[in-house]
Amino acid sequence: MTTYDYLIHDLVEKHGRERTSLIPILQGVVEVKNYISDLDMTEIAKELDISAAQVFGTATFYSFLDTQPRGKYVIRVCKTITCDMHGKKTILQALEDMLKIKIGETTPNKKFTLLETNCLGWCHEGPAMLINEKPFSGLTSEKVHDIISEYMHK
Amino acid sequence: MSESMLKRVDLIFGEYSDIKYKVLSDTLIRPNEDILKDILDSGLRGRGGAGFPTAMKWKLTADTPGNEKYVVCNADEGEPGTFKDKEILTRVPRKVFSGMAICGKVIGARKGYLYLRGEYRFLVPVLNKELEQFHEFARELGSDFKIEICLGSGAYICGEESALFESMEGNRGEPRNKPPFPTTSGFLKKPTVINNVETFVNVLMIMRLGADQYKKLGTSDSRGSKVFSVSGDTPIPGIYELELGMPLDRFVDEFGDGDTKAVQVGGASGFCVPRKKFKDTVIGFEGVPTGGSMMIFNSSRSMYNVLHNYLEFFEEESCGQCTPCRVGCQQLLKGIVAVKKGDKKIEYLDQLMKLSESMKITAKCGLGQSVAIHSLPLSITSRKR
Repeated sequence: MTTYDYLIHDLVEKHGRERTSLIPILQGVVEVKNYISDLDMTEIAKELDISAAQVFGTATFYSFLDTQPRGKYVIRVCKTITCDMHGKKTILQALEDMLKIKIGETTPNKKFTLLETNCLGWCHEGPAMLINEKPFSGLTSEKVHDIISEYMHK
Repeated sequence: MSESMLKRVDLIFGEYSDIKYKVLSDTLIRPNEDILKDILDSGLRGRGGAGFPTAMKWKLTADTPGNEKYVVCNADEGEPGTFKDKEILTRVPRKVFSGMAICGKVIGARKGYLYLRGEYRFLVPVLNKELEQFHEFARELGSDFKIEICLGSGAYICGEESALFESMEGNRGEPRNKPPFPTTSGFLKKPTVINNVETFVNVLMIMRLGADQYKKLGTSDSRGSKVFSVSGDTPIPGIYELELGMPLDRFVDEFGDGDTKAVQVGGASGFCVPRKKFKDTVIGFEGVPTGGSMMIFNSSRSMYNVLHNYLEFFEEESCGQCTPCRVGCQQLLKGIVAVKKGDKKIEYLDQLMKLSESMKITAKCGLGQSVAIHSLPLSITSRKR
């Protein structure tokens, strides 16, 4: 038994065994482990008494329910039109330079993952990004530098 | 600014009443028929974009037999260029919860859900704190109406009401066949009222002002005010509450940067209005309806790039359930890239236009039905020029 088995057990205790509990449970796994493994999905399926295919189907539908290993801090840069118009490219470049990874990749120390995402709802203050659930808007290369430096020391 | 400045309204974001939950407590003791009559008289239409009459939706649900009914607030605000619900939930959450509680009373529901998009997870702690107070107050008033937050996980399609129910039920967010409509079969197949965040606030404001006072705002087809999310090439991006029924040219005069080429009204799935049509376009249900998104483009923008960006968006966000939308979005994107690169002739755009016309007829839900269709003509004209 690994500690993660308790995680799923605890989440099931907290949210219940109904089908409606599935997404909150999956969200809980991502919050702790940063992604949902195949093993997690089978475990959840057993607990909820549904097929693993159903858990897989739901988990892979939602872009925030990561099913690939991710870093501790997942950076999602908005790529939708107004952020794109207001300098998304520069922001991505700054992030890639600092983290030395490309979009879709995770740093070797498993601390950061860099992704693009669709509209975050900060169109009036673009470009914008999320680091885990925390939004950052009105970004410039300098601002990105400051934010990431801070996270690097966390 | 000049006298032609559009009138600002301070309804949605106006201050709370001096006495906590005053409007709610006054409303909860009124007969349901009176409440419904006020909403009907006010002419309120849903603020998510489609504009369904709110009173009718509530009445249909109230009239459906059953003792298990639900109120759902759609805060899955994913349309590009829209950020008003985030603002409403940040500044006046109490008004949203009160509107939901009034709905619960009218239709006979004891449970409400706020479906919040995953991108707004940072709002959850504040909203839960506000909910604690709300529940305490509701108890004091003798109401057992409870509201729970349901968090999305980054899927645009879940803003479509039936996909949203599927998501709440733990499934893939794939839209259902309609009918049955939510008024008879919504969350857990039970009668459900699902409204936009702003609609619930409007109901509360109608309760506060009375239908007659509320009706003074807007035009006969579009009563009341609307919260607009203004972004793009504008010196003053942000949230503005304006009367419905305004002409687009006046909007551009006030919010544009003097060089506005086009305005995308209603987000990527909305309508792209080119400069020559500003004068004849009215923002409202009698003209171009919008969920609030107003994206302004000046002449430095290539409408090709804009369209390309939209198509990438739809291609990713299509749920993939129905073929016209799944394959259609992919082909439209491929087509636009090919024309841009010069692999296909400009005439190929006519074929893409035909494809999106077919999608309009055959796609299962609003996503596939509205893809790019309103932007394509513009890209043709701008290319030819």
